Amino acid sequence: MRDKRRTDLIALAALVCTVVVLLLANRYLDDYKIRIINLSGIYVTLGLSMNLINGFTGLFSLGHAGFMAVGAYTVALLTMPIPMKEMNFFFQPIVPWLANVEVGFLPALLAAGLISAFLGVLIGAPVLRLRDDYLAIATLGFAEIIRVVFTNTQSLTNGALGLKGIPNYTNTWWSWGVAFFTIWFVSFLIRGSYGKAFMAIREDEVAAEAMGINLFKHKVLSFAFASFFAGIAGGLLASLLGTIDPNMFRITLTFNILLIVVLGGLGRIAGTVVAAVIVTVMMEALRFLDESINLGFIQLKGIPGMRMVVFSIILILVVLLRKEGLFTRLKGRESSYAEN
Amino acid sequence: MLKIENLTMKFGGVVACSSFNAEVKRGQIVGLIGPNGAGKTTVFNVITGVYKPTEGQITFSPREGEQHRLVGLKPDRIAQLGICRTFQNIRLFGQLSVLDNIFIGNHLRLRSNVFSSVLRLPGYTAEEREIYEKSMYLLEKIGLQDFRNEKASSLPYGMQRRLEMARALATNPKLLLLDEPAAGMNPQETNELIGFIQEIKEEFDLTIFLIEHHMEVIMEISEKIYVLDHGVLIAEGSPGEVQRNEKVIEAYLGVG
Repeated sequence: MRDKRRTDLIALAALVCTVVVLLLANRYLDDYKIRIINLSGIYVTLGLSMNLINGFTGLFSLGHAGFMAVGAYTVALLTMPIPMKEMNFFFQPIVPWLANVEVGFLPALLAAGLISAFLGVLIGAPVLRLRDDYLAIATLGFAEIIRVVFTNTQSLTNGALGLKGIPNYTNTWWSWGVAFFTIWFVSFLIRGSYGKAFMAIREDEVAAEAMGINLFKHKVLSFAFASFFAGIAGGLLASLLGTIDPNMFRITLTFNILLIVVLGGLGRIAGTVVAAVIVTVMMEALRFLDESINLGFIQLKGIPGMRMVVFSIILILVVLLRKEGLFTRLKGRESSYAEN
Repeated sequence: MLKIENLTMKFGGVVACSSFNAEVKRGQIVGLIGPNGAGKTTVFNVITGVYKPTEGQITFSPREGEQHRLVGLKPDRIAQLGICRTFQNIRLFGQLSVLDNIFIGNHLRLRSNVFSSVLRLPGYTAEEREIYEKSMYLLEKIGLQDFRNEKASSLPYGMQRRLEMARALATNPKLLLLDEPAAGMNPQETNELIGFIQEIKEEFDLTIFLIEHHMEVIMEISEKIYVLDHGVLIAEGSPGEVQRNEKVIEAYLGVG
């Protein structure tokens, strides 16, 4: 109980600090840096959303890019001004029921989350019966199917041409506001009875079921929440970038989120938040690795994708040496009585 | 309370249990014994819905005049009806705290939905406080209140066994299935366990069905005993009757 109060205080302090930082950042930093701050917020949401399934409920799912794509396209199609839609869909006109729709950012984001969650339930119902690696393969397949479908539904998504001119509603308040909402939601969910039931499923499915926990219902619930937040994050991303196409939502995007979750620690909230910010910043900071480096006496030719190698190495090291995540205090080890 | 009729369970060609009949009456403590591999745990797994039997019928009546057919129900549904169990090879939620393990046992009786738990609406917080108090009470009952924040997997073996029982009690069972509760315990711990089982039976108005290898436990507390060997029921009756039964002696000691 006292621990909880302390955590609440720390969370409140972090919230206040973030608001101050955002105020200062909006004032003094250039667009490029603001964009990184926005991306950090979006990745915080994504990291927590994935951690809810993979870390807390113990289901190995790799479908995030798919849910993000759904959210991104929902927001793009709902917020785009009507003349802009006509310009985008020059190849084949847009379906009539979407042609004259233009709503505000908040309802669009909510729609993105809800449609994504609905889809999560729809595909979760059959695939959540699978375990471990089979679930990973099935969800990965789902994400790829979404991408392929979006590439081919010309009159709905404009196919491979993608969508341009999506209004840039996303600012630091939106991205971090949603991030804090997600932090709050996931923390309170995990603290409550349902969250504990999720973790029981992670720890031992047979025992959880014997204690009367309906595995299917709880897995679908966790999956639906995670896809809700993934959809919203996808929507924020679309509105931040202004341009989307189906190829943005490849497995590499899911991999980035997985990286955050593993670095931050499976089943860790604060760790995920810190890891999301660090990884996003490093993705930009390490860009020099992809370019040519002049060491004065020798000119190294740039290898595109070099920074992903760095991340992969970090990931391997973490998995081998610190499964608890980088930022987890190793408490409770000294107080074990007998490990069996 | 529990009636097992003509239960047969086959795994491929292996018959784990064959035409088994048994009845557990309300308020009884009934024992199930037999040599290793006799099919005792299989019986438990079938009752709790882990396995679907090849043949047979199981009826459970948690209250007078209420009957449920268990075959075909999922384990969580059976737990909700009021049958809970412990496991032979302890299955706690290892990474979670001792208190959380018991807390989770209460989850199946939770009425609030997930949104009121996230928003911490008054209905939920009241329920949570109730669960917390009940969990603390159960913790005190098993003497683990000082360990409530420890990881369940860090407890020594004996405590883990007790914690598993407390977790099962948290589900408010009518019928408690104990799978070798005294396994790995020394004589003193075994004696305490006998007292504990009788105590919780009275306090929570339980009916208990248990598998046990320690004969002193089973002989002391059971009112009725079923003896299985190679999946076949070879004897049933009071402890005295079973002890004198030649087939039982043969099964345990082998034919000379």
